[in-house]
Amino acid sequence: MKKTASKVTSLFEPAILWPAVAGSFKKLDPRHQIKNPVMFVVFVGSLLTTGVWVHALLGQGEAGAGFILAVTLWLWFTIIFANFAESMAEGRGKAQAESLRKARKDTPAKKLNKPDDRGGGYTGISATALQSGDVVLVEQGDYIPMDGEVIEGVASVDESAITGESAPVIRESGGDRSSVTGGTRVLSDWLVVKITANPGESFLDHMIAMVEGARRQKTPNEVALSILLTVFTIIFLLVTVTLLPFSIFSVAAAGKGTVITVTALVALLVCLIPTTIGGLLPAIGIAGMDRMIQANVIATSGRAVEAAGDVDVLLLDKTGTVTLGNRQAVAFMPTKGVSIETLADTAQLSSLSDETPEGRSIVVLAKRYGIRERQTQEMGAHFIPFSAQTRMSGVDLGTNRQIRKGSVDAIESYVKKAGGIFPDDLKSAIETISKGGGTPLVVAENQRVLGVIQLKDIIKGGIRERFAELRRMGIKTVMITGDNPLTAAAIAAEAGMDDFLAQATPETKLKLIRDMQTGGRLVAMTGDGTNDAPALAQADVAVAMNTGTQAAKEAGNMVDLDSNPTKLIEVVKIGKQLLITRGALTTFSIANDVSKYFAIIPAAFAGTYPALRALNVMHLTTPQSAILSAVIFNALIIILLIPLSLFGIPYRPLPANRLLRDNLLIYGLGGFVAPFVGIKMIDMLLAALHWV
Amino acid sequence: MDRNDLVQIAIYILALLSVVKPLGVYMARVYEGKRAGLNVWLAPLEQWIYRICGVKSEEGMPWKTYALALILFNILGILIVYAIQRLQAFLPLNPMGMAAVSPDSSFNSAVSFATNTDWQGYGGESTMSYLTQMLALAKQNFSSAATGMVVLVALIRGFVQKQTNTIGNFWVDMVRTVLYILLPLSLVFALVLVSQGVPQTFSPGVKTTAGQTIALGPVASQEAIKQLGTNGGGFYNTNSAHPYENPTPLSNFLEMLAILLIPASLCYTFGCMVKDRRQGWALLAVMFIIFIPCLLLVTQIERQGNPLFDKLGIDQVESYLQPGGNMEGKEARFGIVGSAIWAVATTSASNGSVNSMHDSYMPLGGLIPMWLIQLGEVIFGGVGSGLYGMIGFVIVAVFIAGLMIGRTPEYLGKKIEAFEMQMASLVAFIPHLFILIPTAIAVLTVAGKAGIANPGPHGFSEVLYAFSSAAGNNGSAFAGLSANTPFYNIALGVVMFFCRYWLIIPILAIAGSLSAKKLVPTTQGTLPTHTPLFIFFLGMVVLIVGALAFFPALALGPIAEHLMLVAK
Repeated sequence: MKKTASKVTSLFEPAILWPAVAGSFKKLDPRHQIKNPVMFVVFVGSLLTTGVWVHALLGQGEAGAGFILAVTLWLWFTIIFANFAESMAEGRGKAQAESLRKARKDTPAKKLNKPDDRGGGYTGISATALQSGDVVLVEQGDYIPMDGEVIEGVASVDESAITGESAPVIRESGGDRSSVTGGTRVLSDWLVVKITANPGESFLDHMIAMVEGARRQKTPNEVALSILLTVFTIIFLLVTVTLLPFSIFSVAAAGKGTVITVTALVALLVCLIPTTIGGLLPAIGIAGMDRMIQANVIATSGRAVEAAGDVDVLLLDKTGTVTLGNRQAVAFMPTKGVSIETLADTAQLSSLSDETPEGRSIVVLAKRYGIRERQTQEMGAHFIPFSAQTRMSGVDLGTNRQIRKGSVDAIESYVKKAGGIFPDDLKSAIETISKGGGTPLVVAENQRVLGVIQLKDIIKGGIRERFAELRRMGIKTVMITGDNPLTAAAIAAEAGMDDFLAQATPETKLKLIRDMQTGGRLVAMTGDGTNDAPALAQADVAVAMNTGTQAAKEAGNMVDLDSNPTKLIEVVKIGKQLLITRGALTTFSIANDVSKYFAIIPAAFAGTYPALRALNVMHLTTPQSAILSAVIFNALIIILLIPLSLFGIPYRPLPANRLLRDNLLIYGLGGFVAPFVGIKMIDMLLAALHWV
Repeated sequence: MDRNDLVQIAIYILALLSVVKPLGVYMARVYEGKRAGLNVWLAPLEQWIYRICGVKSEEGMPWKTYALALILFNILGILIVYAIQRLQAFLPLNPMGMAAVSPDSSFNSAVSFATNTDWQGYGGESTMSYLTQMLALAKQNFSSAATGMVVLVALIRGFVQKQTNTIGNFWVDMVRTVLYILLPLSLVFALVLVSQGVPQTFSPGVKTTAGQTIALGPVASQEAIKQLGTNGGGFYNTNSAHPYENPTPLSNFLEMLAILLIPASLCYTFGCMVKDRRQGWALLAVMFIIFIPCLLLVTQIERQGNPLFDKLGIDQVESYLQPGGNMEGKEARFGIVGSAIWAVATTSASNGSVNSMHDSYMPLGGLIPMWLIQLGEVIFGGVGSGLYGMIGFVIVAVFIAGLMIGRTPEYLGKKIEAFEMQMASLVAFIPHLFILIPTAIAVLTVAGKAGIANPGPHGFSEVLYAFSSAAGNNGSAFAGLSANTPFYNIALGVVMFFCRYWLIIPILAIAGSLSAKKLVPTTQGTLPTHTPLFIFFLGMVVLIVGALAFFPALALGPIAEHLMLVAK
């Protein structure tokens, strides 16, 4: 059922690949490079060796022009590969944006001449000319020109362009289903829509901008990581810059050898600074956003995606999230002296015209006692619908049979008014039902109470396991419900949740979130109604349902296009995946440095102190091949790790310590060993080809 | 290494471990203002000090105020020490008639003793009057040690407090540190040293019949705080190799113990104050797992002796007639292991006192002490400064480890964000800056090269060691470098100054920023920071950052020297 508008799965899709190649060169612009301090150092280093190469061509080189050229080229490749990774990530985002953009046709809009009167006629204008506050008419077959709020009418709307969901949804004025999105199409009937966004600010525009990474700003954690990487870069810059005087001194002291070349110094510098993570960092961020889109979640900020990885409390609405939307009748419990069939029969009569899911489930349950459906019209029945005042519904058959069903208090006062009594033996049954998380529905005929129907919330299949998974991630789940505490406790226990908030109101929800935040917790919640908006605005990660109101969507920092409340779990995983990928590649990058020292230091200084050849533990062929191999490895590893940065390192819900151990083994130890092997292999290849 | 070496090392480590808990608890109670004996009995004195100094002891300070008070206090210290040295000829307690100290040397020593470095370009017994030794140098040994400790305490408060903008009162922390911790310990230790034969007198030096002057003075009082406060500035030029500073094997053992006593115990204090003693043990464990292998390696390398001597057929094997191994620059009284423990302890802690000449160690035996300094003086490190430096590394480690488990990083319930990273980064790179750049300048300039005594890699090591020592606020030296010249006095003085205060200010900024944050509760998703895995990881971060930054320089110094020696 769920399908994404366009899911880019293949890594080497030509439509993305070729523009990305072009993009890698376009990004060589210094104005772009300076944004990434690590890669900017590589950029300056490459310019320097290019200059040294030109110098060598003129016959004054510090080393052979061929060698300098080879190092220079691979330094440029390092930058281009990093650019390529970023372009690939952007390209994948763009491909998705493209399919979204198709939805944003320049649709004609019917702007009402008199905003408050549909009869006043309309003027046809372009959707791009619409301003916030304009009122338009959208009729059958029309595209909704802009985001807005339905102020009149009911219509079924095809929102598949945005959500990928083919089933049409109902949009109507008032209530929680009043928001419409530009680019969706009215299938039947008509709507009068008040536009709520200016051109270029619509939900769709926002989505496209997010997906393309155009408006991407560095997230707080990315900033912090950049600082760390910059410091490593500065330290290694100090190390290499001071090596020149150290080398001059050593050559003078030893009286032999040559001073380390600028080419070797730049090569060492580029190998040491964390180019792997530095080059892939933008791609990781864009790809994280991209994975959100693939899960059909639009995040309005990268900060929210990051915060999702940190969430430690999840607030979930009971209805629709923990339980199936509606309660179902599961048992009849007659009072003393009433047979179960009589109760079933009466209950069925009272529910025949009751179109609520509860009512229908009573009819279904009654069938088990052999009671068939009857035509209420033929019986001269008069249906009394549920009202908030009476808190009862029922049916009047003629004048002498008045059947009512409703809450315990309502029926008790109803029978007492009619001169009856509420049987004591029923009270214990009612208590049992309440304690078990059910809702008792008392059935009475005239002044006589017949018994009680047990209505029960049906916990969604598999939800218990998901909560257990969350607990393993260290995330606490809290159920929000309007039920009384007794019922809430029972359902929360059955669903395996850690806590609940019963008899919730917008105020208590907001207070709960604030209290938790004061306690230092990061709270995530989902919501769809306008009354959720304050809580959504307060929560750290707030996922609004796409079916929800405009207010809810604006208050949240993510919108779930599938309107699936359990999507939060995906969101948390994607957030964690993003952080893990960054951490793992940082570790990998730093662990790589050890081997590069063993390649370059003996190559650079063995001329001065021949004993330093002992440090050439990889037995690299010549000093030139050692330096070149290290630089080539450093560039190639970026290309090899592009898939990892785009798809992310999968998150498994394990205790923190085990997760750290596993990732340290793979990316720490792996990062330590891999370059020893890689550099040696490149060196052997270079030697075999007689290139050095 | 023989059994005797191992037994001595084991006794040293066990003795150290046995005092960590009692002293750690005591210091925690002092800083938390809880009853701890001395602070009850001496409370009237403490209050009296506040009253005459006009200190509002109840008022907390925001981090900037705290930092300002600390810097002003330290600068005042520098000025006073400078003035006393320049004026000592006119001041009392100068029985040996010492002349004024030169301006550049006075500047160097003033900064050196204020920054807890105690680098000594001068020879104590031939330069300083008794008044200078006591009132300028020994007094600074107290206040510089206390400065390190109060910064640590302020940082710990950052982890403990929730959403407040103050980090404690500098003056109160200072008074309590000196009054309840440093003074009592020093008093007891000085008396013990006197019992071993260390002089404590105002009498002038004694002239022997052969005409040699044997310098005397108030040695014990200075010796005690020199060891306890990780200062290291000796009364005599040869420091603790001098029989009057360190007369007996017992004094040698106790002085070695005093080097690491407070730095190690502060880990436990940290655990107490953050209400999770495992955290303190974890940091102590990181220090020990780097310290012990280094100690074993140095002992082993020195025990093996010089391979060139083997080729010449010289007997270097330990026997009843000789201690064996490389005894060049070591006191026969202390032998290989008594020197090796000292060398490793004094460089892992930023003490810098010596009882043997590090310059005369085998190339690798000298590399390890130098590298321990270059690790940032966080393996025990200076009193207070070692642990706050280590916490700087912890911040980097939890940042990377936190990411690897999919959480934005936190430590002890406090989120580590961009600001903390910025400050921790300063802490990480400033020492590198002030070791590498000045070394580069020194080996390129005539003035710098003039001080180098030995040619080749060893000469390079001397310069690198000097700047490492100054940057790490250690104060020990590779002898052989003539550093009492205007170039080295000023260059080293500048390095010491910036590496002390440019680290303290970011650390206090972190304290302030953390204090203002909420405390995040621990869940199953929280990275535990007391597990063997995290201890290992933190150790690796310290080692790798230290190794990566100095490997090329070390390759041109001790590593080249060693490989050349082996290859000969």
